[in-house]
Amino acid sequence: MPRICRRLLLACLLLIPSLNIAVAQSAESSAPAISTAATVSPERITTLEKQVADAKGSADNAWMLVSAALVLMMTGPGLALFYGGLVRKKNVLSTMMQSFAMMAVITVLWAIIGYSLAFGSGTGFIGGFHHLFLSGVGAAPNPDYAPTIPQQTFMIYQLMFAIITPALITGAFAERMKFSAMAVFMILWSIVVYSPMAHMVWGKGGILNASLGGRFPTLDFAGGTVVHITSGVSALVCALYLGKRIGYPSEQMPPHSVVLSFIGACMLWVGWFGFNAGSALSSGSLATSAFVATHFAAAAAVVGWSAAEWILHGKPSALGAISGAVAGLVAITPASGFVSPTSALIIGLVAGVACFFMVFSVKKKLGYDDSLDAFGVHGAGGTIGAILTGVFATRTINPILHDSEGAALSLGFVDGNFGQVFYQMIGVAIAFALAIVGTLAILKLVDLVIGLRVSNEDELQGLDVTQHGEEGYYWEASSL
Amino acid sequence: MTKLEAVIQPSKLDAVKDALMEIGVDGMTILEVRGHGRQKGHTEFYRGREYTVDLLPKVKVEVVLDDALVEKAVAAIVGAARSGKIGDGKIFLSKIDDAIRIRNEERGAAAL
Repeated sequence: MPRICRRLLLACLLLIPSLNIAVAQSAESSAPAISTAATVSPERITTLEKQVADAKGSADNAWMLVSAALVLMMTGPGLALFYGGLVRKKNVLSTMMQSFAMMAVITVLWAIIGYSLAFGSGTGFIGGFHHLFLSGVGAAPNPDYAPTIPQQTFMIYQLMFAIITPALITGAFAERMKFSAMAVFMILWSIVVYSPMAHMVWGKGGILNASLGGRFPTLDFAGGTVVHITSGVSALVCALYLGKRIGYPSEQMPPHSVVLSFIGACMLWVGWFGFNAGSALSSGSLATSAFVATHFAAAAAVVGWSAAEWILHGKPSALGAISGAVAGLVAITPASGFVSPTSALIIGLVAGVACFFMVFSVKKKLGYDDSLDAFGVHGAGGTIGAILTGVFATRTINPILHDSEGAALSLGFVDGNFGQVFYQMIGVAIAFALAIVGTLAILKLVDLVIGLRVSNEDELQGLDVTQHGEEGYYWEASSL
Repeated sequence: MTKLEAVIQPSKLDAVKDALMEIGVDGMTILEVRGHGRQKGHTEFYRGREYTVDLLPKVKVEVVLDDALVEKAVAAIVGAARSGKIGDGKIFLSKIDDAIRIRNEERGAAAL
């Protein structure tokens, strides 16, 4: 009788077409029974194992596709709204268009050459050409990057990062750059700065790649160096090169709608779960850990920024609170898959207060016009996050480094690895250097060929009308 | 006929409207405006930059009245809009030559 029961149970298990992990575990635990059951052939077991792997792959793939969509949502509408609300009425559409254009232009570029340069195998600094036009990027996983999902999923997920990074820079030259010059600048920037940086940190053979044997292992879970330092530093270079907006800082240029910015920032917060938790490249507990760290850092940074503002300026502003959230999210990005929730709280709090001072005092003292504080938030927050990752990263959260016997190696300062902060600084320094040199060279080139700034008359009239021939808030008798 | 223009605090609009209707004023035009008299503005902060806002939001009520109603209307508005603080607003009175109802071209007080 018990034997019949066992056989029945086994038959049921084998008949279930899509096995989940829980079933797979119970199938494993009944393995001794299988060996005694004459009806189960080795082929059956092979089939079963394949189904288990397929189920794991499906789960991972589902999360990664959702994550990719979440990261795209960060650019449009998230960042478009966040930046769009901060500019004056006459520039709202042109500012939103700059982000949206990245969704189109960088996608095309990514398919042609961007992905290949970032993730194809090449030198320690840049990938090669064998994935041109996405050749060889199909349903089969790339075991070096993400062994359980199609490489196409990995490719489209990484594309969303390549889109938002240049879109972040647009905050620095808002309200004064020609659309044509912006488009050409971004295409070149993506090739010259983004793809090499992504390759160095995440690409196979990259000199900063921690998990694939880089010379200077820099821990960057979701893009503190690759995304935020490169974009933030390039933003500062752009702001300095293009110069101030006409009338800055003597004229009033308040945000035309903090409401739009508020909605955008909240979408950024939600989208960031795809950005950071998705960077686990799987749907297991590491994704959960990164998700939790992300949320905690954002919350702590709001507390930090708002408290500083409340104490020093008398009131906790809405714009301050949402700026704090973004600063915390930026700072936790490189650390998200390596740190405990408590460390995330500390990182967020530090970033919130530090970015507050960057935006409130440092910018004023140095006198540059980083219109929407792309450097103050992304450059500064990214740098703080990258260095604190070297402090708080721990193998108990993510054992990515192993010795020859397979034991997990210590990661950050808290693990007793005091040298990691040094490697983090090398990563930061390379990101700074590449961003400064690359951005300057491209700006110079585009300035010579096209010219970067709109004319003074166009700037005063607004970029919506002069660059795009339309207005965000059309008012004529005919629209009533 | 007299045109009465009252610039008041936006929060007092409902009270003023009700008070005017109570004394028999049938029609009015409301405008959202900005301005200031002796009232000082305030400062706002956006990411550390200070902005002075000295043109404050106000509501302007425009009514054209038969002369017999003017003093009652003024009293009604003053009663409803006064808080006693700077910034309560002002009332302006001016003579109107004629009024024409577009629908049937009635003229004068009959058109009001």
